[in-house]
Amino acid sequence: MVKVTYIQPDGSETTVDAAAGESVMQVALNNNIAGIIAECGGSMACATCHVYVAEDWLGKTGSRSESEEDMLDCAASEMKETSRLSCQITLTEAHDGLRVHVPEEQV
Amino acid sequence: MRLIEGHRPLTPDSAIPVFDVDPYSEETLLDPGPFYTALREAGPVVFIPRYSVLAVGRYEETRKTFSDHENFVSSRGIGMDDFKLEKPWRPPSIILEVDPPDHTKTRKVMSKALSPKVVRTLMDDFTAAAEAIVDRLLQQSEIEGVVDLAEAFPTTVFPKAVGMKDVNTRHLVDYGAIVFNAVGPDNARRRAAMQRAPEVGGWITAACARDRLTEDGLGAMVYAAADAGEITSEEAGMLVRSFLSAGVDTTVTGIGNALWCFSQNPSQWDALLEDPKLARPAFEEVLRYTSPVHTFARTANLDTEIADYPVPEGAKVLCVLGAANMDPDKWGDPEVFRIDRRPVGHMAFGAGIHGCVGQNIARGELEALLSVMARKVARIEPAGEAVWRPNNAIRALDRLPLKLIAK
Ligand code: HEM
Ligand code: FES
Repeated sequence: MVKVTYIQPDGSETTVDAAAGESVMQVALNNNIAGIIAECGGSMACATCHVYVAEDWLGKTGSRSESEEDMLDCAASEMKETSRLSCQITLTEAHDGLRVHVPEEQV
Repeated sequence: MRLIEGHRPLTPDSAIPVFDVDPYSEETLLDPGPFYTALREAGPVVFIPRYSVLAVGRYEETRKTFSDHENFVSSRGIGMDDFKLEKPWRPPSIILEVDPPDHTKTRKVMSKALSPKVVRTLMDDFTAAAEAIVDRLLQQSEIEGVVDLAEAFPTTVFPKAVGMKDVNTRHLVDYGAIVFNAVGPDNARRRAAMQRAPEVGGWITAACARDRLTEDGLGAMVYAAADAGEITSEEAGMLVRSFLSAGVDTTVTGIGNALWCFSQNPSQWDALLEDPKLARPAFEEVLRYTSPVHTFARTANLDTEIADYPVPEGAKVLCVLGAANMDPDKWGDPEVFRIDRRPVGHMAFGAGIHGCVGQNIARGELEALLSVMARKVARIEPAGEAVWRPNNAIRALDRLPLKLIAK
């Protein structure tokens, strides 16, 4: 079991249980987290699953592929160093406690 | 070796349930619901002796198989023919019918040309065209939804977005139908498609040439990637061809099916009028409920398995997207058309690395059209029987007589 915390633009937090192997996007949908739309269902075609990974977790969430960067560049909210497509982060046991920020806008 | 339907005959593991049906009979293509249900109930993977193929239709197995590009490849064709053993009817698509690393290169070029950012720049155009067409149709007492609206809208906006100088509406719509009939077995529909292919395909190839495209469209973006050395200019022409094979008939079908859904479910049109922001989610539900692409195949490229049953190298697997989108284990009440369902994860655009690269355009077109209609149209009523047009991969309407009642 892995705990993931989603932080809304207004600062409110939701912490949910997830299983290793699920994506941060899928876990958000399973738990009705506001602001994660994931229109394309994880095909890296929509950029509506954009999140900002909390800085202290950046080292553990891996790096962005070139195609992920191209898609993040289309996101409705500004792309930052911490930006990721949540459908591209697959959880492992090492992610227990992961914190991600949901952006202001997704479409 | 004698091939069956262009692929190697399969001797399935004896534990795999045998499902003796013809998924491509006219009866099934006209009304696929009973086949979808029977397929899911027959097992997680079944053997269809008539075509010597496996098939999956439960949500989990369909999603897994369709998106597992390592075990189940696209380069051997997404229809009955195994391109390793049978010469393809046209030079294969260099995005749809290839695997990584070739796929990665062309996919990147196409995702850029069809990105959400690019689609945002097209939305004003889509809305203006939708207004003009809907205003005109509201003057008529009755419309034929397929020709007057479902075909009229994409063939107005899409060739323009691509930057085509030559537009032949009939060829544009029919090319998609030909390509999609071609993935089926050697039946009357496929043979008729093959007969028309030289004429229509010839026109399409010519229309994709660089000098037949404007310098500010999606086509030009693809040729710009050739200038930048990412692909060759011949490949650019092939990718522009993919816009036309995959981008016209599919959206025509999506619009026709949307009109059909609303004409059959007036309460859902009322729901859209009440909350026009549901235009986008409503299209997702139309996609789930009608699965415009009902079936594409994959080929096992090595000995592998589905749901713990062994699957040998060379096996063709029909992935019945329409059945997965109606799986009660996934959706609860799949038979209900509900525009606020938000069916994320539906299979209508596929999944994984080949997931529809044009989905942003398709969503943009439908959002524009449904939003305009929600402003102007009070009711969409049937004015006669809806008639489906059987196709080996597409579930599309042939005729849809409607009354549009102005607000
Ligand atoms: C309602 C409309 C549409 C539907 C239902 C649809 C459906 C699909 C499906 C199911 C796939 C996956 C094929 C596979 O994995 O074997 C796909 C791929 C594709 N679609 Fe669409 N599509 C639509 C609109 C469009 C549009 C508008 C375009 C072009 C602008 C387009 C271009 C493509 C291309 C090029 C691929 C191949 C992608 C790849 O292999 O990486 N589609 N589509
Ligand atoms: S869900 Fe569409 S890009 Fe992640």
